[in-house]
Amino acid sequence: MSPTAKQDPFGASLRRREDAALVTGRGKYTDDFSRPGLLHAVIVRSPYAHAEILDIDTVAALAFEGVVAVYTGEDLVDNPDAGVVPTCWLLPDIKTPPHPILAKERVRHVGDGVAVVVATDRYIARDAADAVVVDYQPLEATVDAKATTGDDAPQIHDEAPNNISFDWNLGDQEKTDAVFAGAPHVVSVDLRNSRLIPHAIEPRSALAEWDEISGELTLTMTSQNPHVHRLLMTLASVGLPEHKIRVIAPEVGGGFGSKIHHYPDEAIVSWCSMKLHRPVKWTATRSETNLTDAHGRDHVTHAELAMDDHGKILGLRAETFASMGAYLSTFAPAIPTWLHGTLLSGQYDIPAIFTRVVGTFTNTAPVDAYRGAGRPEATFIVERLVDLAAAELSIDPVEMRRRNFVAPEAFPYATQVALEYDSGNYIGALEKAVANSDYAQLRMEQKRRREEVLSRGEGKLLGIGVCSFIEACGIAPSQVVGALGAQAGLWESAKVQIHPTGTVTVFSGSSGHGQGHETTFAQIVASKFGIDVDQVDVVQGDTGKVQFGMGTYGSRSAAVGGSAIANAADKVITKGRKIAAHLLEANEDDVVFDDGAFDVRGVPDKALAWGDVVLQAYLAHDLPDNVEPGLEESSFYNPANFTYPFGTHIAVVEVDRETGDTDLVRYICVDDVGNVINPMIVDGQVHGGLAQGIGQALWENTVYDDNGQLITATLMDYALPKAHRLPSYETDRTVTPCPHNPLGVKGVGEAGTIASPAAVANAVIDALAPFGIRHMDMPMTPEKVWRAMQ
Amino acid sequence: MGQKIRVEVNGTSHDHEVEPRQLLVHYLRETLGLTGTNIGCETSLCGACTVLVDGRAVRSCTQLAVQADGSSITTIEGLGQNGRLHPLQEAFHEEHGLQCGFCTPGMIMASAGFLDDQPNPTEPEIREALKGNICRCTGYHNIVKAVRRAAEQMGGES
Repeated sequence: MSPTAKQDPFGASLRRREDAALVTGRGKYTDDFSRPGLLHAVIVRSPYAHAEILDIDTVAALAFEGVVAVYTGEDLVDNPDAGVVPTCWLLPDIKTPPHPILAKERVRHVGDGVAVVVATDRYIARDAADAVVVDYQPLEATVDAKATTGDDAPQIHDEAPNNISFDWNLGDQEKTDAVFAGAPHVVSVDLRNSRLIPHAIEPRSALAEWDEISGELTLTMTSQNPHVHRLLMTLASVGLPEHKIRVIAPEVGGGFGSKIHHYPDEAIVSWCSMKLHRPVKWTATRSETNLTDAHGRDHVTHAELAMDDHGKILGLRAETFASMGAYLSTFAPAIPTWLHGTLLSGQYDIPAIFTRVVGTFTNTAPVDAYRGAGRPEATFIVERLVDLAAAELSIDPVEMRRRNFVAPEAFPYATQVALEYDSGNYIGALEKAVANSDYAQLRMEQKRRREEVLSRGEGKLLGIGVCSFIEACGIAPSQVVGALGAQAGLWESAKVQIHPTGTVTVFSGSSGHGQGHETTFAQIVASKFGIDVDQVDVVQGDTGKVQFGMGTYGSRSAAVGGSAIANAADKVITKGRKIAAHLLEANEDDVVFDDGAFDVRGVPDKALAWGDVVLQAYLAHDLPDNVEPGLEESSFYNPANFTYPFGTHIAVVEVDRETGDTDLVRYICVDDVGNVINPMIVDGQVHGGLAQGIGQALWENTVYDDNGQLITATLMDYALPKAHRLPSYETDRTVTPCPHNPLGVKGVGEAGTIASPAAVANAVIDALAPFGIRHMDMPMTPEKVWRAMQ
Repeated sequence: MGQKIRVEVNGTSHDHEVEPRQLLVHYLRETLGLTGTNIGCETSLCGACTVLVDGRAVRSCTQLAVQADGSSITTIEGLGQNGRLHPLQEAFHEEHGLQCGFCTPGMIMASAGFLDDQPNPTEPEIREALKGNICRCTGYHNIVKAVRRAAEQMGGES
């Protein structure tokens, strides 16, 4: 490239165009919108985890000046405009009890909605909500993912005996049992993967506007996937045809999965707006989000690993009880099954694997996809077992991993649990992480400290934790996920619209909420067309503007949405080459598009600039036969496979011998996410993912008491990661492109959250090895660690 | 039942009659239409609603509008001067110190209050100062870099 040639925007750390509005307070989130005549809704929620509703008295609430309406579940019975919240992933013999948008007769978790108050002012609405008198007959509650299946546990749904929704398995049980029967070494662990609350900092919110003239409902809401929300609204929740509902996701203040799901609340405000013929807005309080946002994880697992004398893994078995909460949320059944059981081979060549997963109902908030969604839980099982095996056989944890990796030349690699890994160089990432961390030096320092601290009875023990993880993102292809139970396809759409002057608007079905789509998607297109990034705009998040799309979750936006954009752009170039060939009187096969110009191969002075061809497409004065005027193309890209990012993370912790307090002092990670569109944004995704996973390892925990009361309903009681308890992260990369999508990209949104819980947990347990500690459940709080050292 | 207050917000004086229980953040967002200040927890724990009241960073979700009577308030909308971004706004952009942007106004206003007290902070001091502001997206790494960068810029300008 000559010094004057402009840099390819693909791969450049361009600063984000999203920022200008967001750093000045001009970004508009759902609650920022007001409307003339706006009404405010407050949802009355059950204070009991499990109770019969005997009576609801709304007289006092209705008496407040400014209260316009109070509705209960009874008002919605048999009403064609008010339905249920559906489940969109079905498994064999799954029990799917109905989830009404307002509870009738019985409530099943604290926070279950029983009534809605609509008033002219949010303060009045709250006052009146407190005046709604609900007569409950409390019932016994059940909250533990496994104990809920016991014969003595109260029944939550008549449709689901023993509170079991599904009993699913994967792998070859007979073969795996035979391997374990003959294995020279077996390690096992009983573990809990703690329940987490996603905590997007923007609480969920919805603004419904019914227009009785056009018969259209406009729903502005906190959504990661507006078209999916519109589809579920029309199919199950409100009696309106799909084309009469417009869902808009404006700025969305974080999601992490919690804004994928379809909740009762957006259906309730829609129904209120249709009934009252006025705009109605609901915005959750923090406690309300904690009570009702779909939670993550909550697994009880028994797992075993079989090895030979040299540390070669022979087999893995795992049995998991996964709480679904009180109702099956949107994609809930997929998370502990197809996004968890399938990941149990990790980065390793394991000849025999069998897993059983029992999905159970408990009197708790529904559980669904939360950043990582099944994959952190699988990684935690695998990486804990590998560490336990290494300890059992006195092999260094790094060496244990080296001996069992899928070899770089073994790709594509078919696991024993249904996946085909596309590409990888696991040993490459591990060795880079080992070098970057100065692993051997760390081990020496650990030994020195151990002797000193244990002899003095004070000081800080060093722990080193390794996690080599696999991620499966951009869940696909649609025909396969359909066979596995998805009631949706998992492709993505893009429309690339070229304007007559050569500037471009991209309509993306993938809908971002902090990932930087407006920047990175423009980079993809600008790179394709050889134009300035400033000449490309990206439109997303509005079903009134954008063709049907599947949205943003599961680290899919670049790999699936970006690929759709690339394919649509390629179609534009193909049409441009036809037009250029005609105008240049050349053979189409001889016309190449490179760096913003259509050139004729071997004829240096015959060329047309991008803008010339675009203009000709719209002038249509001289187009080839069978070529229509205009220049815009769409792609509905259906991936051939998941993509499989991977990496090795190393956590270094100091554990205070006297207090049990754990300090994360270094975090070294090497991620391989394939080709990188914008390194700055990729690093940012890694950072944020790490903090969430570190939070689970050390602080975050969701606690329900035996009565089903959420003890951690506020930020006083739920410990989110804060700046002063985290280090600066030492990130690095290897690049193994994805072989089956047009950009060679994988995915990065969840990688940090998948790897870091196991890395940090392994580090704390490593620090505690002198005390004979083999395993500890997360979060590794000072009290728990202190007790372990006594 | 309303109570009269006079406040100066971003350099403009406002007289309003407010309900005594109205939160300052609702006054800013709903009465004045300054929706840049966000509400994340209503309990002073996330810091999203941080604004400057008489130069000090405070949580507008746990202060009443009537308590602000007579004071001068700066929100994120008023931080830049003469159409130029404040060095903190510029630094958050340059260092990729924001993703979804929801905590950002509070994070920037808290940082502004902090840099006023401590113009040349170390990384640990920045982390300590921001422990009352929660960001769920960035893992804080780039926020810390942004505050450090802004401190250098502002030091250079003074």
